[in-house]
Formats: sequence, C-alpha cells, structure tokens
Amino acid sequence: MQELINRAKELLNDGTVVRVLGWKAGDMPYNPEPAFFNSPEALDEFVYNGFCGANLSKYMIEASTLEGKTLVFLKPCDTYSFNQLLYEHRVDRDKAYIIGVGCKGKLDIEMIKAQGIKGIRGVKGAELTDDCETLTIDTIYGEKTCSFSSAMLGRCHVCKGKEHKIYDEIIGESKDTQDQERFAGVEFIESMTPEEKFEFFQKELSKCIRCNACRNVCPACSCRKCVFDSNKFDSTQKANVDSFEEKMFHIIRAFHVAGRCTDCGECSRVCPQGIPLHLFNRKFIKDINEFYGDFTAGETADGDRPLTSFTFEDVEPSIVTERG
Amino acid sequence: MSINQNEEFTPKIVAFCCNWCSYAGADLAGSSRLAYPADVKIIRVPCSCRVNPMFILRAFEKGADGVILCGCHPGDCHYSTGNYYARRRMTLLFSMLDFIGVENGRTRVEWVSAAEGVKFSTTMNEFVEKIRSLGKNVRLGDLRCKN
Amino acid sequence: MYKIAKENLSALFREISKTQELYLPIKTAGKVNFGAWTEDCEVDIDTLKSVKSPKDAFFPQSENLYTCTTEDKKIKITPEELKSQDFVVFGMKGCDVQGVEVLDKVFLSNPVDSFYQARRNHGTIVAMACSEPEDSCFCKVFGIDCANPQGIADVAVWNTPDYLYWNALTPKGEKLTAAVSELLTESDETAVNSLKDDIHNIVEKLPYMDLSLDGWGGDALDEKFNSPIWEELYKPCLACGTCTFVCPTCQCYDIRDYDTGHGVQRYRCWDSCMYSDFTMMAHGNNRTSQMQRYRQRFMHKLVYYPANNDGMFSCVGCGRCVDKCPSSLNIVKVIKAFSKEGK
Repeated sequence: MQELINRAKELLNDGTVVRVLGWKAGDMPYNPEPAFFNSPEALDEFVYNGFCGANLSKYMIEASTLEGKTLVFLKPCDTYSFNQLLYEHRVDRDKAYIIGVGCKGKLDIEMIKAQGIKGIRGVKGAELTDDCETLTIDTIYGEKTCSFSSAMLGRCHVCKGKEHKIYDEIIGESKDTQDQERFAGVEFIESMTPEEKFEFFQKELSKCIRCNACRNVCPACSCRKCVFDSNKFDSTQKANVDSFEEKMFHIIRAFHVAGRCTDCGECSRVCPQGIPLHLFNRKFIKDINEFYGDFTAGETADGDRPLTSFTFEDVEPSIVTERG
Repeated sequence: MSINQNEEFTPKIVAFCCNWCSYAGADLAGSSRLAYPADVKIIRVPCSCRVNPMFILRAFEKGADGVILCGCHPGDCHYSTGNYYARRRMTLLFSMLDFIGVENGRTRVEWVSAAEGVKFSTTMNEFVEKIRSLGKNVRLGDLRCKN
Repeated sequence: MYKIAKENLSALFREISKTQELYLPIKTAGKVNFGAWTEDCEVDIDTLKSVKSPKDAFFPQSENLYTCTTEDKKIKITPEELKSQDFVVFGMKGCDVQGVEVLDKVFLSNPVDSFYQARRNHGTIVAMACSEPEDSCFCKVFGIDCANPQGIADVAVWNTPDYLYWNALTPKGEKLTAAVSELLTESDETAVNSLKDDIHNIVEKLPYMDLSLDGWGGDALDEKFNSPIWEELYKPCLACGTCTFVCPTCQCYDIRDYDTGHGVQRYRCWDSCMYSDFTMMAHGNNRTSQMQRYRQRFMHKLVYYPANNDGMFSCVGCGRCVDKCPSSLNIVKVIKAFSKEGK
C-alpha cells in the first residue's frame, strides 16, 4: 500500500496528474470508500486492501469532465470496464493515468458476518502484500479466523483473470481466484422447468426495493438520464408496486448493457437484498457467446460489439422455442 | 364477440408490423379477404428495429397474452439493415423471457413481405392458436391492469 | 413477566394469526425482511436486523390512495379503504420502535395522515430486545436501550436460547397477552435481567458507542448548511436510494398516477432525496446537484427534524445505512467528519 501512496505522491508532485482517484480508509476496517485526493497530504488517508471492491471506472466518467489528468487505480477486472467506456467515448484516455493495481480477490463483509463472526474491530490478512489465504479477525468476542476464499465476493470466484487490459504501469501482484464455473449458475436455472424458473425469479425479485443501486453503480449504465427516470411513464422507477415492475426493470437494465457488460459484478455486490443480479447479465453474455461467437466486452477498446453489428447468417429468434 | 356467451378464452395479441413490408402484407391480407382473428391488434412501426424490448414488455404489462413482431425479410429492409439488428435483439430478449420462466411461444418474430398476404394471415392464425393453447398471460402482467 | 418455550413459537404465531394479521421477520431467498406470516414461511427472529426496516407495516413502500374509473361517461372516484383489521408486528427492535415514533411526529401531527393513523390504531407492536448488537449499531447514541424495548412498544420480548420472555407494556399489549395467555407461563425476571446485563456489556464494547452529537440540532442550521465539508463528503455518492429505503425514519413519498387501461390509480410510494426527480416541480428542481441532495438527507435527520420536534433527532442508530451503502458512506461518517473539523 505504501508503494501505491509513494508513487501517487510522486506523480502529483511532478505534475503528471492533478488528482488521484482511489480509496479512502473508512471508520471500520472493512468500509473504505472511493475518493478523490487533490494533494499529497490528503493521500495519508489512502487505503488499498481486500475491501476495496468498488470499480473506480465509473467515477472516471466524471473525472474525464474535469480539468487535468487523473491518476486512477484499476484492478484487473476494472480495466475491462474502462476499455468499454473508452470504446463508447464516455471516458477520456488522455485524462487518465492508469496504475494497474494488483488484486488477490476482494472481500464481502457480509460473507464474513454470515459465518457468525460479529463485533468486528480489525481484519488482518487482506493487504496486497499478504498471501490472502487466511483472514484473522479481531472481534469484541476475541480473535476469529476464516479462509480468504470463503469471504470473497461472488464475482471473484469466477475471476476473469489477473491481466490488466489497459494501464500505464502496474504495481503489485495479482492472483487468479477463479474456483467456480462462470456459467454454472445460469446453466442451473436453464435446466429448470418454466414453473421453477418463474418461482426462482419471483422469490428473488420480490425482495427488490427499487433503490436503483445496481443501475447507479454499473459502469456500463452511463446514460446521462436513464429511461427509468423519465416522468413520462405512468409507472415509476422507485415504486415497489407489484411483481411486474421489478421484472421489467431488471430485464431492461440487463438488456441495455447486453454486449457491453463486462461482468464486473458490481450490481450483485451492491444489492442490499442480495439478489443475484449478475445472472441476468451473464445469461445475455452466454447467449451472445453461443449465438454470435465468444465475446468479452472491454477486452479491447475497439472492434465490433455484438448488438451493434450483425451477420447475414444470424440465428432466427425462433431458436429459443426450437431448442426447447 | 358477445354472441358467444360461454367463457371461452379470447387471447389479446399485439402485432408490431413494419411500415414497409408487414403492414402492407396485413393490408393485402385484408383486401384479399383472407381471414385472421380479430384478437390481433396491429401497431405500425417504421421498421422492425424500432421495436425496443420495453415495447414488448409494456404490451404484456397492459394485458397482452402474446406479442408478435413482423418485419421485412432479411436483406429487404427499407433501411437496408434494420431487421438484422432487430433479429439479434429479439433473439436475446426472447431467450431472457424463457430464462425467467415465461412460457415459450408467447413471443414470435416473423418476416412478412408486402406480397405475402397469405403468410400474414396464416401466421396470425397459427399464433393465436398457439396463445390459446398457452392460456392467459399471468406471469408478465401488471396486477393493476387486471379487471 | 411471562415466558414461552422456543419450540412453541409457531403455535404462538398461529394463535395470533387466527384473529389478526401478523407481520414478523421472514427469510426469503437468504435475506430477512418483515412480511405476513403464513404456515409455510421461514420465520427468523435471530437475525439482528431485517434488510428493510419494519416501518412499511405502518407506511408501506407503495399504497393505493384512490381509483378513478368511468361509468356511463361519468368519472367515479373510489377512495381506498382505511385499514380496519387489527394486526401485530412481532420482533421490532428498539431502534425500529423509535423509528415509528419519528414517523408519528410527522404523520400524526396536523394535517393527520389518515392512512397512517388507521394502521397505527390497529397495529400492536411486539418489540424484541437485541440479544447480540453488532458493530454497526449506535442506538445508544440516540438514547435507546436495545436491551429494554420501551417507548410506543406494546409488548416487550426477550429472546434467549430456550425461552422467549414476554412482558406487556400497554393496554393494547395486555389485550394481546390475554389472547395468547394459554401459551404463556408465569416467569420471574432472573433470566431477562442477566440477558440485559450481557447486552449492556456488548453495547459498551461496540465501536460506534462513543459517537458524539455535539453541535448538531435545530440551532446548527446556518453553520452546518454552509460548511465546505459537504463538497468532500458527497463525492462517492452514487445517487441510489439504498440508504433511504432501508432507513426506519425516512418518510418522504411521491404521489403518482398509474393508467390501468380501464381507469387510473393514484398511489403513493416512498421517495428518496437522493434521486434527481425528488421534489420536482413545474418550475424544475430546487436541488440541482447531488451535493445538495446528499446534504439534504443528513441536514433533515440531524438539523431540520430536531428543529421542528423539540430536539428529537430523526436518526435512531440502527446502522442499516452503514451496512448497506454501496460506497460505504453513512451518517456516522458525516457526524465524525464534522466533529473532526470542529477540533
């Protein structure tokens, strides 16, 4: 972490960048927040550890409108989002100095609490320099331990890889944390009967409180004004009315980012109700791969995107019925 | 409609038809006196790719039992490529509806040219039959719109 | 004081729901929220906090106000009926109970909100002590004793491994106790007292218990409103409504019309001051930046509300925003940032 701070101070001092976008230490060991730092002194509060899950690419949209260059720390999976935003001209490459920061998996405090570890005062073993195998947690009930992987965010179990796709320099080591099949969850649902599928989503989506956190955190949801914020509708983006509105919202949310979603998993991370929102996005990704050839959004900042291109031989929509 | 008093299910079908081919096809079906069920409500759109996934979901919300999209045959789009984009979008959307447990077959895409009045009428007859066999749409409607 | 063995709880719930509706913490797809009891629901009274606060038992997220239909070319307006059936909310925590007190001051003062009032009149609150408060809790800062539910609670209960202890606090509570008296047995207070001591011991050790509210309150308006700190604090805010929708005291709502195809339903739904269309008027919006919207939320809780309600804060320290904010922002960080600046 000190290495990151030192490098950031250097770049600030020599005038390469005018601000730093990173994470600021929270008042608990597990709640750092995304933050802009405007001076070398401010960087004393900078932090980078296993709890820095937030994808900072989203904040680069705003930073690209500001005067001067911004130093941004991007984890390997965040660089996919940055690339995709670059493709869409929503961020400015010339206004970003990217330090690809190492990542050994990111943690979900709720996964730790779910293991019965409460009254947390400190967490050790989640620094970039640690080997990230075991966490030692200091609680008001004494010291507890749990394995790093049992506390990881769901998305890290299907990690896309430890490679940064765009960067100016790289600091710190990364680890590929994949230990689950990426499309296993989608396939599991596909194997259900329509009744079971419907019941599954009905149950999950009935929890939705329409807070729009999934939309607002999504780096692909970068519209200046969202269609769901329109007051021309006779329904509203915030009303938890009956089961239809939630379905509509989540299908359309995923559809609007289909072919652009890098599967960064922020939607599922922030959902206060723990709805597996990534399933919608991943279903589209799986279908795109099957119908139009393997595609990973954000791998590059150029080339064709599946929903803004076509071939004459594309499958007909009737395939959905025919494959049963 | 009101002559038959027994409670037979008459499905509500929304058909989005492209202005250049399918709407003309529907016209031809009409002027050729080919029969298709009155349950089909046609909405004319400039091109099949004008139909955004929200149109389809909104139709279901407000009480449609089936939604069909008709456009020019691939290669014949008035705007040269619109229907190719529509094809990809609808494939993904229909697959998603299947994924969340909406019965397969409530949605359909058919390419109908201005000369295919017969195809239009047979497609609609088939589709209405299909929806009749699936029954009322209960999984995608807004409860407030039910009577 | 009474007690009931934990294995008899489902009999208790069944008994209550025979005569009235029962809302209690139910686990659905892995998360606990308050919902209506049914024979096959999964009741979870051990999880400390429901994701959403139980305020929606009295102030639902969406509710219909009236329906317009046309009959013989005339418009017919049918108002929604007020709540007329008694119901019980079981398992509210001390913070949630005080949250309802905060809502009372808004909805029960003139002009009275009749929908809310009807629910309050028909609702019986069974409040439960928090057996194991967590690190994000800071109710003590707002004068709440989570070991000893009081205030507007009708019945207080304590959850121990083997028994649930039961103590009626109000006539409404006595009535409920009488209705289920066959399932309750008399008990002394030893177990409850020792549980209370345990809870107090935990509370003392929690990280947020030393939070100071010095400088906040109705008099602090100008100084707090014009502080430059807000410009720094709001930056990571994503403008989602999570904090407001999980909050037990947020009370803002929007009123909208829904076209059902054969009529119009006028309904109200929770609104969030974090949303760009909050308080949108014909002339536009009086808060044009996210900083202003962010400031509004905390100024309302810690300055405007106390100014209008004899110094009572409209935060109860439940810590839900602490747990749920996607960017790890929350009211504690705001309070701390201001006290740091003051030094």
